[in-house]
Amino acid sequence: MSLLDLETVTLRHGLLTAVHGLSLSVNEGEVLSIIGANGAGKTTLLRAIAGVHPVAEGRIRFQGADITGWPGHARQRGGIAMSPEGRRLFPDMTVRENLQIAAEGARRKGDWTLPRVVEALPQIAPLLDRAAGGLSGGQRQAVAIGRALMANPALILLDEVSLGLSPVAVEGVYQSLAALKGRVTMVIVEQDLTRAMAFSSRLVCMAEGRVELDGRPSELSRDQITQAYFGLHKEGTQDA
Amino acid sequence: MLDPILQGILLGGYYALLAAGLSLMFGVVRFINLAHGDMAVLGALIALAMVGGGVPVWAAILLTVPVMAAAGWAMQALIFERALRGGFLIPILTTIGLGAALQNGMFGIFGSDTQSLGAHIGSLSWSGFTLPGGIVLGKLPVYTFLVAVAVLGGLHLMLTRSAMGRALRATAADPEAAAMCGIDARRVRLQAAALAVALAGLAGIFLAMRSQVTPYSGPMQLIFAFEAVVIGGLGNLWGTLIGGMILGVAQTLGGTISAQFSVLAGHLVFLIVLGWRLFGAYPAAKGDWRALMRAVLFPARKEKT
Repeated sequence: MSLLDLETVTLRHGLLTAVHGLSLSVNEGEVLSIIGANGAGKTTLLRAIAGVHPVAEGRIRFQGADITGWPGHARQRGGIAMSPEGRRLFPDMTVRENLQIAAEGARRKGDWTLPRVVEALPQIAPLLDRAAGGLSGGQRQAVAIGRALMANPALILLDEVSLGLSPVAVEGVYQSLAALKGRVTMVIVEQDLTRAMAFSSRLVCMAEGRVELDGRPSELSRDQITQAYFGLHKEGTQDA
Repeated sequence: MLDPILQGILLGGYYALLAAGLSLMFGVVRFINLAHGDMAVLGALIALAMVGGGVPVWAAILLTVPVMAAAGWAMQALIFERALRGGFLIPILTTIGLGAALQNGMFGIFGSDTQSLGAHIGSLSWSGFTLPGGIVLGKLPVYTFLVAVAVLGGLHLMLTRSAMGRALRATAADPEAAAMCGIDARRVRLQAAALAVALAGLAGIFLAMRSQVTPYSGPMQLIFAFEAVVIGGLGNLWGTLIGGMILGVAQTLGGTISAQFSVLAGHLVFLIVLGWRLFGAYPAAKGDWRALMRAVLFPARKEKT
Protein backbone atom coordinates (compact mmCIF):
# COMPACT_ATOMS: atom_id res chain seq x y z
CA MET A 1 0.00 0.00 0.00
CA SER A 2 1.27 3.44 -0.89
CA LEU A 3 2.26 5.52 2.11
CA LEU A 4 3.68 8.59 0.42
CA ASP A 5 2.87 9.93 -3.03
CA LEU A 6 4.69 12.74 -4.74
CA GLU A 7 2.73 14.01 -7.73
CA THR A 8 4.73 16.07 -10.28
CA VAL A 9 6.52 17.93 -7.53
CA THR A 10 8.66 20.91 -8.53
CA LEU A 11 10.99 22.48 -5.96
CA ARG A 12 12.98 25.67 -6.33
CA HIS A 13 15.79 27.52 -4.65
CA GLY A 14 15.01 31.06 -5.72
CA LEU A 15 15.25 31.08 -9.51
CA LEU A 16 16.98 27.72 -9.64
CA THR A 17 14.79 24.65 -10.08
CA ALA A 18 16.17 21.86 -7.93
CA VAL A 19 13.50 19.21 -8.62
CA HIS A 20 11.52 19.08 -11.90
CA GLY A 21 7.97 17.67 -11.78
CA LEU A 22 9.03 14.55 -9.91
CA SER A 23 6.54 11.77 -9.20
CA LEU A 24 7.32 8.99 -6.77
CA SER A 25 5.39 6.63 -4.51
CA VAL A 26 6.79 5.05 -1.39
CA ASN A 27 5.10 1.89 -0.13
CA GLU A 28 4.60 0.99 3.48
CA GLY A 29 7.49 -0.99 4.95
CA GLU A 30 9.86 -0.09 2.14
CA VAL A 31 13.47 0.93 2.61
CA LEU A 32 14.02 3.31 -0.25
CA SER A 33 17.45 4.75 -0.88
CA ILE A 34 17.86 7.83 -3.01
CA ILE A 35 21.26 8.15 -4.58
CA GLY A 36 22.68 10.76 -6.90
CA ALA A 37 25.52 13.19 -7.38
CA ASN A 38 25.77 16.47 -5.48
CA GLY A 39 23.11 18.91 -6.65
CA ALA A 40 20.77 16.15 -7.88
CA GLY A 41 18.00 17.48 -5.60
CA LYS A 42 17.96 14.64 -3.06
CA THR A 43 18.21 16.75 0.08
CA THR A 44 15.76 19.34 -1.24
CA LEU A 45 13.29 16.55 -1.97
CA LEU A 46 13.60 15.13 1.53
CA ARG A 47 13.23 18.58 3.05
CA ALA A 48 10.07 19.15 1.00
CA ILE A 49 8.61 15.86 2.25
CA ALA A 50 9.44 16.94 5.81
CA GLY A 51 7.69 20.27 5.19
CA VAL A 52 10.69 22.55 5.65
CA HIS A 53 11.11 23.41 1.96
CA PRO A 54 8.17 24.91 0.05
CA VAL A 55 6.59 22.98 -2.82
CA ALA A 56 6.48 25.23 -5.88
CA GLU A 57 4.23 22.94 -7.94
CA GLY A 58 2.63 19.54 -7.54
CA ARG A 59 1.17 17.74 -4.55
CA ILE A 60 2.42 15.55 -1.71
CA ARG A 61 0.06 12.95 -0.25
CA PHE A 62 0.74 11.01 2.90
CA GLN A 63 -1.52 8.18 4.04
CA GLY A 64 -4.03 9.47 1.49
CA ALA A 65 -4.16 13.02 2.85
CA ASP A 66 -2.93 16.01 0.85
CA ILE A 67 -0.19 17.43 3.08
CA THR A 68 1.28 19.87 0.53
CA GLY A 69 0.35 22.92 2.59
CA TRP A 70 1.19 21.45 6.00
CA PRO A 71 4.06 23.14 7.84
CA GLY A 72 6.99 21.09 9.15
CA HIS A 73 5.71 20.61 12.69
CA ALA A 74 2.35 19.37 11.42
CA ARG A 75 4.07 16.79 9.17
CA GLN A 76 6.08 15.51 12.12
CA ARG A 77 2.91 15.23 14.19
CA GLY A 78 1.28 13.51 11.23
CA GLY A 79 3.96 10.80 11.23
CA ILE A 80 6.88 12.02 9.09
CA ALA A 81 10.11 12.30 11.06
CA MET A 82 13.43 13.43 9.69
CA SER A 83 17.06 13.06 10.60
CA PRO A 84 18.42 16.01 8.63
CA GLU A 85 21.76 16.62 6.98
CA GLY A 86 24.19 17.84 9.64
CA ARG A 87 21.92 16.09 12.24
CA ARG A 88 20.80 19.47 13.62
CA LEU A 89 20.73 18.37 17.26
CA PHE A 90 20.17 21.08 19.86
CA PRO A 91 23.76 21.46 21.08
CA ASP A 92 23.05 23.04 24.48
CA MET A 93 20.55 20.35 25.42
CA THR A 94 21.37 16.92 26.74
CA VAL A 95 20.87 13.87 24.56
CA ARG A 96 17.91 12.92 26.76
CA GLU A 97 16.30 16.33 26.14
CA ASN A 98 16.98 16.06 22.42
CA LEU A 99 15.08 12.77 22.40
CA GLN A 100 12.33 13.90 24.75
CA ILE A 101 11.54 16.98 22.73
CA ALA A 102 10.62 15.01 19.61
CA ALA A 103 8.17 12.87 21.58
CA GLU A 104 6.66 15.95 23.23
CA GLY A 105 6.35 17.70 19.88
CA ALA A 106 4.80 14.74 18.08
CA ARG A 107 2.28 13.73 20.74
CA ARG A 108 1.89 10.42 18.90
CA LYS A 109 1.22 7.19 20.67
CA GLY A 110 3.30 4.17 19.76
CA ASP A 111 5.96 1.65 20.70
CA TRP A 112 8.90 4.04 20.57
CA THR A 113 9.57 5.26 24.08
CA LEU A 114 12.91 6.38 25.48
CA PRO A 115 13.82 2.90 26.83
CA ARG A 116 12.86 1.28 23.50
CA VAL A 117 14.88 3.78 21.50
CA VAL A 118 17.90 3.25 23.75
CA GLU A 119 17.44 -0.49 23.35
CA ALA A 120 17.43 -0.15 19.55
CA LEU A 121 20.36 2.29 19.57
CA PRO A 122 22.48 1.03 22.48
CA GLN A 123 25.32 3.44 21.72
CA ILE A 124 23.06 6.25 23.03
CA ALA A 125 22.72 4.75 26.53
CA PRO A 126 25.94 6.16 28.05
CA LEU A 127 25.38 9.55 26.40
CA LEU A 128 21.92 10.41 27.73
CA ASP A 129 23.03 13.10 30.18
CA ARG A 130 25.74 14.59 28.00
CA ALA A 131 25.28 17.81 26.02
CA ALA A 132 24.57 16.97 22.39
CA GLY A 133 27.09 19.61 21.25
CA GLY A 134 30.00 17.52 22.48
CA LEU A 135 29.24 14.26 20.65
CA SER A 136 31.20 12.66 17.83
CA GLY A 137 29.75 12.45 14.32
CA GLY A 138 28.59 8.84 14.70
CA GLN A 139 27.06 9.53 18.09
CA ARG A 140 25.24 12.57 16.73
CA GLN A 141 23.83 10.51 13.86
CA ALA A 142 22.61 7.83 16.28
CA VAL A 143 20.92 10.49 18.44
CA ALA A 144 19.34 12.09 15.35
CA ILE A 145 17.91 8.71 14.33
CA GLY A 146 16.72 8.19 17.90
CA ARG A 147 15.14 11.61 17.90
CA ALA A 148 13.25 10.77 14.72
CA LEU A 149 12.07 7.46 16.22
CA MET A 150 10.82 9.17 19.39
CA ALA A 151 8.09 10.76 17.27
CA ASN A 152 6.68 7.28 16.56
CA PRO A 153 6.68 8.04 12.84
CA ALA A 154 5.14 6.04 10.03
CA LEU A 155 7.86 7.34 7.73
CA ILE A 156 11.39 8.25 8.64
CA LEU A 157 13.55 10.39 6.36
CA LEU A 158 17.31 10.02 6.78
CA ASP A 159 19.45 12.54 4.97
CA GLU A 160 23.11 11.87 4.16
CA VAL A 161 23.33 8.94 6.55
CA SER A 162 27.04 8.23 6.22
CA LEU A 163 28.32 11.69 5.24
CA GLY A 164 31.24 12.76 7.42
CA LEU A 165 31.32 9.55 9.45
CA SER A 166 34.22 7.15 9.93
CA PRO A 167 33.76 3.65 8.41
CA VAL A 168 33.31 2.21 11.91
CA ALA A 169 30.63 4.79 12.71
CA VAL A 170 28.85 4.11 9.40
CA GLU A 171 28.82 0.40 10.22
CA GLY A 172 27.30 1.17 13.63
CA VAL A 173 24.63 3.42 12.16
CA TYR A 174 23.63 0.82 9.55
CA GLN A 175 23.46 -1.90 12.18
CA SER A 176 21.03 0.33 14.07
CA LEU A 177 19.02 0.97 10.93
CA ALA A 178 18.91 -2.76 10.16
CA ALA A 179 17.13 -3.27 13.48
CA LEU A 180 14.42 -0.86 12.32
CA LYS A 181 13.72 -2.63 9.03
CA GLY A 182 10.13 -3.75 8.81
CA ARG A 183 9.11 -1.60 11.77
CA VAL A 184 9.10 1.74 10.01
CA THR A 185 9.20 2.90 6.40
CA MET A 186 12.50 4.55 5.55
CA VAL A 187 13.62 6.94 2.84
CA ILE A 188 17.37 7.31 2.93
CA VAL A 189 19.62 9.69 1.05
CA GLU A 190 22.97 8.03 0.69
CA GLN A 191 26.14 8.88 -1.24
CA ASP A 192 27.66 5.46 -0.71
CA LEU A 193 26.31 3.39 -3.61
CA THR A 194 27.50 0.01 -2.33
CA ARG A 195 25.92 0.64 1.04
CA ALA A 196 22.64 1.81 -0.52
CA MET A 197 22.45 -1.28 -2.78
CA ALA A 198 23.13 -3.67 0.06
CA PHE A 199 20.75 -2.10 2.53
CA SER A 200 17.65 -0.96 0.69
CA SER A 201 14.70 -2.77 -0.81
CA ARG A 202 14.37 -0.16 -3.52
CA LEU A 203 16.79 2.22 -5.15
CA VAL A 204 15.99 5.54 -6.79
CA CYS A 205 18.69 7.40 -8.64
CA MET A 206 18.27 11.12 -9.13
CA ALA A 207 20.14 13.40 -11.51
CA GLU A 208 19.47 17.08 -12.07
CA GLY A 209 16.20 17.03 -10.19
CA ARG A 210 14.69 14.02 -11.99
CA VAL A 211 14.31 10.33 -11.28
CA GLU A 212 16.68 8.60 -13.68
CA LEU A 213 16.30 5.07 -12.37
CA ASP A 214 13.92 3.31 -10.02
CA GLY A 215 14.02 -0.37 -9.13
CA ARG A 216 15.05 -3.18 -6.79
CA PRO A 217 18.82 -3.26 -6.21
CA SER A 218 18.91 -6.94 -7.23
CA GLU A 219 17.33 -6.15 -10.58
CA LEU A 220 19.62 -3.24 -11.46
CA SER A 221 23.03 -3.59 -13.01
CA ARG A 222 25.99 -1.59 -11.85
CA ASP A 223 26.25 -0.06 -15.34
CA GLN A 224 22.65 1.11 -15.31
CA ILE A 225 23.18 2.74 -11.94
CA THR A 226 26.44 4.41 -12.93
CA GLN A 227 24.84 5.84 -16.07
CA ALA A 228 21.85 7.13 -14.12
CA TYR A 229 24.08 8.48 -11.34
CA PHE A 230 26.02 10.67 -13.72
CA GLY A 231 22.93 11.63 -15.72
CA LEU A 232 24.10 9.76 -18.85
CA HIS A 233 21.30 8.93 -21.24
CA LYS A 234 20.84 5.41 -22.56
CA GLU A 235 22.08 6.40 -26.00
CA GLY A 236 25.36 7.24 -24.36
CA THR A 237 25.29 10.97 -25.00
CA GLN A 238 26.43 12.90 -22.00
CA ASP A 239 24.11 15.62 -20.80
CA ALA A 240 26.34 18.24 -19.22
CA MET B 1 30.42 51.62 51.75
CA LEU B 2 28.46 48.49 52.63
CA ASP B 3 25.20 50.41 52.66
CA PRO B 4 25.27 51.59 49.01
CA ILE B 5 26.49 48.15 47.88
CA LEU B 6 23.55 46.42 49.55
CA GLN B 7 21.13 49.03 48.21
CA GLY B 8 22.67 48.57 44.76
CA ILE B 9 22.27 44.80 44.88
CA LEU B 10 18.60 45.21 45.78
CA LEU B 11 18.16 47.76 42.98
CA GLY B 12 19.70 45.14 40.69
CA GLY B 13 16.71 42.92 41.45
CA TYR B 14 14.43 45.44 39.77
CA TYR B 15 16.75 45.73 36.77
CA ALA B 16 16.95 41.96 36.45
CA LEU B 17 13.16 41.70 36.53
CA LEU B 18 12.94 44.35 33.82
CA ALA B 19 15.72 42.75 31.80
CA ALA B 20 14.47 39.14 32.01
CA GLY B 21 11.72 39.75 29.45
CA LEU B 22 14.09 41.58 27.12
CA SER B 23 16.55 38.71 27.34
CA LEU B 24 13.85 36.07 26.79
CA MET B 25 12.49 37.93 23.77
CA PHE B 26 15.93 38.18 22.24
CA GLY B 27 16.78 34.58 23.05
CA VAL B 28 13.67 33.03 21.53
CA VAL B 29 12.15 35.49 19.07
CA ARG B 30 15.56 36.82 18.03
CA PHE B 31 15.15 40.55 18.13
CA ILE B 32 15.74 43.26 20.68
CA ASN B 33 12.44 44.77 21.65
CA LEU B 34 13.16 48.47 21.93
CA ALA B 35 9.60 49.04 23.16
CA HIS B 36 10.25 46.88 26.24
CA GLY B 37 10.58 49.89 28.57
CA ASP B 38 7.36 51.36 27.22
CA MET B 39 5.61 48.07 27.86
CA ALA B 40 6.81 48.16 31.45
CA VAL B 41 5.30 51.64 31.76
CA LEU B 42 2.09 50.43 30.13
CA GLY B 43 1.84 47.76 32.81
CA ALA B 44 2.32 50.39 35.50
CA LEU B 45 -0.28 52.73 34.02
CA ILE B 46 -2.84 49.92 33.59
CA ALA B 47 -2.40 48.98 37.25
CA LEU B 48 -2.67 52.65 38.24
CA ALA B 49 -5.83 53.08 36.14
CA MET B 50 -7.40 50.06 37.85
CA VAL B 51 -6.49 51.41 41.27
CA GLY B 52 -7.93 54.79 40.23
CA GLY B 53 -11.11 52.97 39.22
CA GLY B 54 -11.48 51.49 42.71
CA VAL B 55 -9.86 48.09 42.26
CA PRO B 56 -7.87 47.12 45.40
CA VAL B 57 -4.16 47.65 44.70
CA TRP B 58 -3.02 44.01 45.05
CA ALA B 59 -5.90 42.81 42.88
CA ALA B 60 -4.96 45.42 40.28
CA ILE B 61 -1.36 44.19 40.31
CA LEU B 62 -2.42 40.55 39.95
CA LEU B 63 -4.83 41.42 37.13
CA THR B 64 -2.29 43.51 35.23
CA VAL B 65 0.11 40.61 34.68
CA PRO B 66 -2.31 38.45 32.62
CA VAL B 67 -3.54 41.55 30.79
CA MET B 68 0.07 42.30 29.79
CA ALA B 69 0.60 38.66 28.78
CA ALA B 70 -2.41 38.94 26.47
CA ALA B 71 -1.00 42.22 25.11
CA GLY B 72 2.33 40.50 24.42
CA TRP B 73 0.60 37.63 22.64
CA ALA B 74 -1.43 40.05 20.51
CA MET B 75 1.60 42.21 19.75
CA GLN B 76 3.56 39.20 18.54
CA ALA B 77 0.65 37.78 16.52
CA LEU B 78 -0.42 41.03 14.88
CA ILE B 79 2.83 42.94 14.47
CA PHE B 80 6.05 41.04 15.02
CA GLU B 81 5.15 37.82 13.18
CA ARG B 82 4.85 39.94 10.03
CA ALA B 83 7.90 42.05 10.85
CA LEU B 84 10.03 38.93 11.35
CA ARG B 85 9.55 38.00 7.70
CA GLY B 86 11.40 41.17 6.78
CA GLY B 87 14.76 39.95 8.05
CA PHE B 88 17.00 41.30 10.76
CA LEU B 89 16.41 45.05 10.70
CA ILE B 90 12.64 45.35 10.18
CA PRO B 91 11.62 43.90 13.59
CA ILE B 92 13.94 46.30 15.42
CA LEU B 93 12.63 49.29 13.46
CA THR B 94 9.10 48.05 14.17
CA THR B 95 9.80 48.05 17.91
CA ILE B 96 11.00 51.68 17.68
CA GLY B 97 7.72 52.60 15.98
CA LEU B 98 5.72 50.59 18.49
CA GLY B 99 7.53 52.35 21.34
CA ALA B 100 6.63 55.76 19.92
CA ALA B 101 3.02 54.68 19.36
CA LEU B 102 2.80 53.32 22.90
CA GLN B 103 4.22 56.49 24.45
CA ASN B 104 1.82 58.73 22.58
CA GLY B 105 -1.07 56.30 23.04
CA MET B 106 -0.47 56.21 26.80
CA PHE B 107 -0.24 60.00 26.82
CA GLY B 108 -3.59 60.19 25.05
CA ILE B 109 -5.31 57.67 27.33
CA PHE B 110 -3.70 58.19 30.73
CA GLY B 111 -2.54 61.82 30.47
CA SER B 112 0.93 63.18 31.08
CA ASP B 113 0.82 63.44 34.89
CA THR B 114 3.48 61.66 36.89
CA GLN B 115 1.82 58.88 38.83
CA SER B 116 2.93 56.45 41.49
CA LEU B 117 1.58 53.38 43.21
CA GLY B 118 3.63 54.39 46.27
CA ALA B 119 0.68 56.16 47.86
CA HIS B 120 -1.49 53.04 47.53
CA ILE B 121 0.72 50.41 49.14
CA GLY B 122 0.74 51.75 52.68
CA SER B 123 3.86 51.43 54.80
CA LEU B 124 5.56 49.20 52.22
CA SER B 125 6.74 52.26 50.30
CA TRP B 126 8.71 53.71 53.23
CA SER B 127 9.26 51.10 55.98
CA GLY B 128 12.40 49.03 56.15
CA PHE B 129 14.39 46.34 57.91
CA THR B 130 17.18 47.58 60.19
CA LEU B 131 20.32 45.48 60.01
CA PRO B 132 22.73 45.09 63.01
CA GLY B 133 25.14 47.74 61.66
CA GLY B 134 22.38 50.31 61.53
CA ILE B 135 21.88 49.87 57.79
CA VAL B 136 18.24 50.17 56.78
CA LEU B 137 17.03 48.13 53.81
CA GLY B 138 13.69 49.28 52.43
CA LYS B 139 11.05 46.56 52.52
CA LEU B 140 9.99 47.31 48.96
CA PRO B 141 13.50 46.90 47.48
CA VAL B 142 13.95 43.68 49.48
CA TYR B 143 10.64 42.28 48.24
CA THR B 144 11.40 43.42 44.70
CA PHE B 145 14.71 41.58 44.84
CA LEU B 146 13.04 38.44 46.25
CA VAL B 147 10.36 38.56 43.55
CA ALA B 148 13.09 38.96 40.91
CA VAL B 149 15.00 35.94 42.23
CA ALA B 150 11.77 33.92 42.40
CA VAL B 151 10.79 34.94 38.86
CA LEU B 152 14.24 34.16 37.44
CA GLY B 153 14.32 30.88 39.36
CA GLY B 154 10.86 30.02 38.05
CA LEU B 155 11.91 30.89 34.52
CA HIS B 156 15.03 28.80 34.90
CA LEU B 157 13.00 25.82 36.11
CA MET B 158 10.48 26.30 33.32
CA LEU B 159 13.20 26.47 30.67
CA THR B 160 15.14 23.47 31.93
CA ARG B 161 12.43 21.15 33.27
CA SER B 162 9.22 21.67 31.31
CA ALA B 163 8.17 20.71 27.81
CA MET B 164 7.34 24.35 27.10
CA GLY B 165 10.84 25.37 28.20
CA ARG B 166 12.46 22.74 26.00
CA ALA B 167 10.35 23.95 23.08
CA LEU B 168 11.45 27.54 23.77
CA ARG B 169 15.12 26.57 23.90
CA ALA B 170 14.88 24.38 20.81
CA THR B 171 13.17 27.14 18.83
CA ALA B 172 15.80 29.63 20.00
CA ALA B 173 18.61 27.31 18.91
CA ASP B 174 17.25 26.15 15.54
CA PRO B 175 13.63 26.87 14.56
CA GLU B 176 13.73 24.53 11.56
CA ALA B 177 15.12 21.59 13.53
CA ALA B 178 12.47 22.39 16.15
CA ALA B 179 9.78 22.12 13.46
CA MET B 180 11.20 18.71 12.54
CA CYS B 181 10.56 17.80 16.19
CA GLY B 182 6.90 18.78 15.92
CA ILE B 183 7.34 22.18 17.55
CA ASP B 184 5.22 24.99 16.16
CA ALA B 185 7.76 27.82 16.18
CA ARG B 186 5.07 30.48 15.74
CA ARG B 187 3.22 29.30 18.82
CA VAL B 188 6.45 29.20 20.80
CA ARG B 189 7.25 32.78 19.77
CA LEU B 190 3.76 33.85 20.88
CA GLN B 191 4.31 32.18 24.27
CA ALA B 192 7.70 33.84 24.66
CA ALA B 193 6.29 37.27 23.78
CA ALA B 194 3.39 36.83 26.22
CA LEU B 195 5.81 35.86 28.98
CA ALA B 196 8.26 38.67 28.16
CA VAL B 197 5.60 41.38 28.14
CA ALA B 198 4.01 40.02 31.32
CA LEU B 199 7.43 40.31 32.97
CA ALA B 200 7.83 43.84 31.61
CA GLY B 201 4.45 44.73 33.11
CA LEU B 202 5.44 43.25 36.47
CA ALA B 203 8.70 45.22 36.43
CA GLY B 204 6.74 48.36 35.54
CA ILE B 205 4.48 47.83 38.56
CA PHE B 206 7.53 47.63 40.83
CA LEU B 207 8.89 50.78 39.18
CA ALA B 208 5.60 52.59 39.88
CA MET B 209 5.72 51.40 43.50
CA ARG B 210 9.24 52.65 44.14
CA SER B 211 9.10 55.84 42.08
CA GLN B 212 6.95 57.78 39.65
CA VAL B 213 6.08 57.05 36.04
CA THR B 214 4.89 59.08 33.08
CA PRO B 215 4.01 57.78 29.60
CA TYR B 216 7.51 58.79 28.56
CA SER B 217 9.46 56.93 31.28
CA GLY B 218 9.97 53.86 29.09
CA PRO B 219 13.14 54.64 27.08
CA MET B 220 15.23 55.24 30.22
CA GLN B 221 14.03 51.94 31.68
CA LEU B 222 14.87 50.21 28.40
CA ILE B 223 18.44 51.51 28.64
CA PHE B 224 18.80 50.13 32.17
CA ALA B 225 17.35 46.78 31.12
CA PHE B 226 19.59 46.66 28.08
CA GLU B 227 22.67 47.45 30.16
CA ALA B 228 21.79 44.75 32.68
CA VAL B 229 21.24 42.21 29.90
CA VAL B 230 24.46 43.02 28.06
CA ILE B 231 26.59 43.04 31.22
CA GLY B 232 25.11 39.66 32.18
CA GLY B 233 25.26 38.20 28.66
CA LEU B 234 22.20 37.99 26.38
CA GLY B 235 19.98 34.98 26.89
CA ASN B 236 21.61 34.08 30.21
CA LEU B 237 19.03 34.46 33.00
CA TRP B 238 21.29 34.31 36.04
CA GLY B 239 23.76 36.50 34.16
CA THR B 240 20.92 39.01 33.85
CA LEU B 241 20.53 39.05 37.65
CA ILE B 242 24.26 39.56 38.09
CA GLY B 243 24.25 42.21 35.35
CA GLY B 244 21.38 43.98 37.12
CA MET B 245 23.22 43.85 40.43
CA ILE B 246 26.45 45.22 38.89
CA LEU B 247 24.47 48.05 37.30
CA GLY B 248 22.59 48.74 40.55
CA VAL B 249 25.76 48.78 42.66
CA ALA B 250 27.50 51.07 40.15
CA GLN B 251 24.58 53.48 40.36
CA THR B 252 24.33 53.53 44.15
CA LEU B 253 28.11 53.84 44.55
CA GLY B 254 28.09 56.63 41.93
CA GLY B 255 25.30 58.24 43.91
CA THR B 256 27.53 58.47 46.98
CA ILE B 257 29.91 60.70 44.98
CA SER B 258 27.15 62.95 43.71
CA ALA B 259 23.47 62.45 43.01
CA GLN B 260 23.95 63.38 39.35
CA PHE B 261 26.76 60.85 38.94
CA SER B 262 24.51 57.90 39.87
CA VAL B 263 23.03 57.07 36.45
CA LEU B 264 26.22 58.05 34.66
CA ALA B 265 28.24 55.63 36.80
CA GLY B 266 25.96 52.80 35.61
CA HIS B 267 26.48 53.79 31.98
CA LEU B 268 30.25 53.97 32.51
CA VAL B 269 30.40 50.47 33.98
CA PHE B 270 28.33 49.24 31.04
CA LEU B 271 30.74 50.89 28.60
CA ILE B 272 33.78 49.49 30.42
CA VAL B 273 32.34 45.95 30.28
CA LEU B 274 31.47 46.40 26.61
CA GLY B 275 34.91 47.81 25.80
CA TRP B 276 36.66 45.07 27.76
CA ARG B 277 34.88 42.37 25.78
CA LEU B 278 35.30 44.19 22.49
CA PHE B 279 39.05 44.60 22.83
CA GLY B 280 39.38 41.14 24.34
CA ALA B 281 37.66 39.56 21.35
CA TYR B 282 39.21 41.81 18.72
CA PRO B 283 42.30 39.70 17.86
CA ALA B 284 40.34 36.44 17.59
CA ALA B 285 37.57 38.00 15.46
CA LYS B 286 40.06 38.90 12.69
CA GLY B 287 37.92 41.76 11.38
CA ASP B 288 34.65 39.77 11.38
CA TRP B 289 32.17 42.18 12.97
CA ARG B 290 29.63 39.40 13.54
CA ALA B 291 32.16 37.47 15.61
CA LEU B 292 32.85 40.66 17.56
CA MET B 293 29.14 41.20 18.21
CA ARG B 294 28.77 37.61 19.38
CA ALA B 295 31.74 37.94 21.72
CA VAL B 296 30.33 41.16 23.18
CA LEU B 297 26.72 40.03 23.55
CA PHE B 298 27.22 36.34 24.43
CA PRO B 299 30.39 36.22 26.57
CA ALA B 300 29.45 32.79 27.97
CA ARG B 301 29.66 31.15 24.55
CA LYS B 302 33.43 31.53 24.46
CA GLU B 303 33.71 28.53 26.75
CA LYS B 304 32.32 26.19 24.13
CA THR B 305 34.20 24.59 21.27
